This record gives sequence, structure tokens and C-alpha cells, in this order.
Amino acid sequence: MIELNNVAYSYGGGALLSDISLQLAPGSFYFLTGPSGAGKTTLLKLCYGALQPTSGEVTLFGDDVAGLARDDIAVLRRRMGVVHQDCSFLDHLSVTENIALPLRVSGRQSKAAQEDLTELMAWVGLTHRAEALPPELSGGERQRAALARAVIMSPDVVLADEPTGNVDWEMSQRLLRLLVELNKMGKTVLIATHDLSLIRAAKSQVQARVLRIANRQVQLAGADL
Amino acid sequence: MKLVRADVKRFVLGDRQADRVVPRSGFTAQLTVFAAAAMAFLAVFAMALSLAAGRLATRWGDELAQSSTIRIVAPLDQRAAQTEAALGILETTAGVAFARALSASEQQALLAPWFGAELDLQTLPVPQLIEVIEEDSGFDAAGLRLRLAAEVPGAILDDHSRWRAPLVDAANRLRLLGWLSAVLLGASVAAMVTLAAHAALAANAQVIAVLRLVGATDRYIAQAFIRRFTLRAFGGALVGSVVAMAVVAFLPDASDTAGFLTGLSFQGWHWFLPFLIPLLCAAVAFVATRAAAGRTLKRLA
Ligand SMILES: Nc1ncnc2c1ncn2[C@@H]1O[C@H](COP(=O)(O)OP(=O)(O)O)[C@@H](O)[C@H]1O
Ligand SMILES: [Mg+2]
Repeated sequence: MIELNNVAYSYGGGALLSDISLQLAPGSFYFLTGPSGAGKTTLLKLCYGALQPTSGEVTLFGDDVAGLARDDIAVLRRRMGVVHQDCSFLDHLSVTENIALPLRVSGRQSKAAQEDLTELMAWVGLTHRAEALPPELSGGERQRAALARAVIMSPDVVLADEPTGNVDWEMSQRLLRLLVELNKMGKTVLIATHDLSLIRAAKSQVQARVLRIANRQVQLAGADL
Repeated sequence: MKLVRADVKRFVLGDRQADRVVPRSGFTAQLTVFAAAAMAFLAVFAMALSLAAGRLATRWGDELAQSSTIRIVAPLDQRAAQTEAALGILETTAGVAFARALSASEQQALLAPWFGAELDLQTLPVPQLIEVIEEDSGFDAAGLRLRLAAEVPGAILDDHSRWRAPLVDAANRLRLLGWLSAVLLGASVAAMVTLAAHAALAANAQVIAVLRLVGATDRYIAQAFIRRFTLRAFGGALVGSVVAMAVVAFLPDASDTAGFLTGLSFQGWHWFLPFLIPLLCAAVAFVATRAAAGRTLKRLA
């Protein structure tokens, strides 16, 4: 579904990523790790078409990103659930409306979707915050709302950028469990994180593969973390 | 063109709530509505002015082309004879379709605004007027003058053209100016909406980014802005037009008292025209916002 072939990326200066080849296997659970500034967010952006590779090719669901128009990419995004590092919301809409936003912009609001939404809110434990505005949420609530928004369209793949970035250990475990559950439902999951203890905690729950960015390259890390 | 039609269709049938995804911006929204209302208000006057000027030009033009007047200034005892003689000459003049002496009561009516209705014309040396209607080909005014001078010493031919032609010219200019003003007002609406839309797009960069990330197409995002600005321009222009029409309707009517003037008020089906202004405003806003959004969104990641 997501495939990178000899991809390189640079923001204008020297190459940040180079010669990266990667193919996400359906139904797998991946961690993407590396020190801060290594290019994890950049790699994720390449994976969901927000950035075009400087060289090489990125293939999303069989389509070469270079050949896609802006609106084609927008439509592709509906098949990918993305939890962004800063998980930005529309601050004037309630949590419920924010989580339902992908449905609204794709014109898929329906009664069935409404029931899914209620269920999803309960799953991430935000039912009691349904009418709150995003700025009123705590860090953990924001991350869970972002996760709910990412999966409302039942995507095949979930990409999460530092989903446990600024939450306590307890909450990061809860988010991890949610992501593991999604994987058990058959979704491909890719989590970018610099938090190695999170990866260790995951190993007991799921068969996770660890990709590490080092020297501008992506390597499959061994079991020794 | 096909794309525009698709957008119009989306506007009418699409997500009525689409503009909710963009936060309300109270003050700039009110400015847009106010500016649209003011422009529409002025446009209604420009339109009324043009139509009135058009009416004047047509009326004066028609009369100018077709009618002239002969005045018989003579002592009371010779007036009837000279009038007869003048009518005789006119009957044999090529290009004259019809000529007749105005009756006493018609002359009275013409003079009433100046002297009052009680005046008895018979006692005064008021000139007798003869109305001359030309054929389309017109007649030779100089030749007629010579014959009149020879046979009817008291006759003075007044063929109107000398003083009316410049007036018709001026009225036509005025009409052109009115339409030009209306066009400029339309362009101003486009400029105003473009500025407002750019400001709104810039102010909502963060919102647009979020919408992009959750899979909104440029079209959907643009629609949110298009819907908002089109409705604002329409609403504002509607209020402005209706107020202006009320003002126009209550303007004092000049046309009864002075036959050669015309009221500024709309006449007959022309009352329907000002209702086009809100529609035009909405169309202009639609196109302007669409263009602004297209330009801005293309530049975003
Ligand atoms: N839009 C940008 N323009 C220029 N440089 C950028 C941009 N975004 C990120 N970078 C740089 O690219 C490097 C990698 O950033 P990022 O992918 O966010 O790393 P990570 O997510 O691993 O912390 C950093 O040095 C960062 O400063
Ligand atoms: Mg990052």
C-alpha cells in the first residue's frame, strides 16, 4: 500500500534522507525511530503525500505520487489515518465535529456513520468531552481525539507521529493499547517515536518491526533495544 | 466553463454546512456586507440616472426629429388671418406631415404654469401657436422661413433643433456615465470581495491545513469560502438595493409639472431591473472568491 523506492529528500540544504527503499506489509505493526531531527516526521509526510520526494518514487495504493494532482492526494488521504505530531484541530468546532470532519469533507455523513462515531468516541474514552472545544482538552485527550479522527474513515493504514509526545506514561500506554487494537483489527500501523521505552512496552503486546533512521538511511533494527 | 458550472451546482446542492468549517469572522464579515450594501445602493441610483437620461434623450430626440412650432405674433385683429395663411403655406410645403393651430384651451394649459389657470387669453396679445409635425424626411426649414417671411409677416418658425440638440447630447452622455458608474461599482465589488477573500484565506491558513490533512479537496475548501462571500455579497446588495429603491420611489416626481423633464424614479418594468443588482453582486463575488481561493490554495502544500 505504501512503497518507497530509492527515495531521497532535502529541504533545500543537504540531503536529509537518501536512498530509502521501504515497503509496508499489510497488517504489520511498525515503529519508526531515531533521534529528534533525524527526519521521522519528514518520512511520514512522504508516506502520506504531503511532501514529494526530491528523487526516487513514492507509490501510494499503486499510484506514483509524482503523477497525482492535489485533489487526488486529498482523496487518497481518506484511505490513510494520520495522527499528526501537533494534532491540530478546528478550534471553533466541538470535539465530536472535529472527529467527524473527515466524514464531512468527503460527503460521507450518514446515520450509520453517526453510530460509528458514537462508538468511536466511547472507544477512545471521550464521550464525556463530546461537546468540548479542542483548546479545552488535555494533552492526552487531544492525542486520543486525533487518533479517533484518524480512524473514523476506517483506513487501511494508520500513521501516527509521536502519538505519545507530551502525555504521561499511563496515557502513553493507553494510546499504545488503542493502536495495538487497531492492528489486531487488521490495519497496518506505523508509529514514529523517539521513545524507546514505548517500543519495549509494545513488544510484549504485538509483533512489532522497528525501523531506525540513521545516517540518512532507514534500517531494520535488530531485536536488541 | 464546465468547471464553473460544476461549482455553481455544488454551491446550490452541496454541503449547506460547508462554510461552518471556517470560523466566523464577525467584523470583516460585517464590512463585506456593508460594502456590498453601499455599492448596491449607489448602483441603483446610477441605474435610475441612466434610465432617466435615456428617457429624456429618447423623448427629446423624437420630438426634435418630428415637431416644430410656428408662432404668429400679430395684432389681435390680424391673428386669425395670418394663422390661416401660415397653415395654407404649410399645406403646400414638402415634408410637412401635419400642421394645426393649437386651440385656445391648449394654449391656456401651456401657459397655466406661469400665469395661472384664470387667465383669459382672448384679452392678451399672446402669440398663436401652430404645431408642425414633419415627415421622416424632414422639411427645408430655411426655405419655409423665407416663404413665411414673404407672406405672413408675424410668423416665426422655431424648429427646436437649435436648442434641443445639445440637450439630447448631454442626456446621452449622462446615460453613458450612469452605466459606466454601474460597471465601475461592479468592478469595485469584485475588488472588495477579492481583498476580503484573500484576507480570509490568509487568516485561515491553519484551518485550511487541517482540512487538507483530513482529506478535503481544494474544491471543498474553496466552496466554504465561496459560499460565505457569495451569500454575504448577495445579502448586503439586497438590503442596499431595496433601501435605494425605497428612496427612489419617494423622490418628488418632476414629470407632471414640467413636461420636458422626467422623474428619476423607475417606470413600468424598469422596477424589475434593480433586483438584478444583488444577483450580479452575488455572481461577481462567486467568481472573485473562486479565483482568489484557486490562486491561494495552489500555493499551499
Ligand atoms: N519545512 C521545513 N523546512 C526546512 N527544514 C525542515 C522543515 N521541516 C523539518 N526540517 C528539518 O528537517 C530535519 C528533520 O525534521 P523532522 O522530519 O521533523 O525530524 P523528526 O520528526 O525526526 O524530529 C530537522 O533538522 C528539521 O529542522
Ligand atoms: Mg517529528
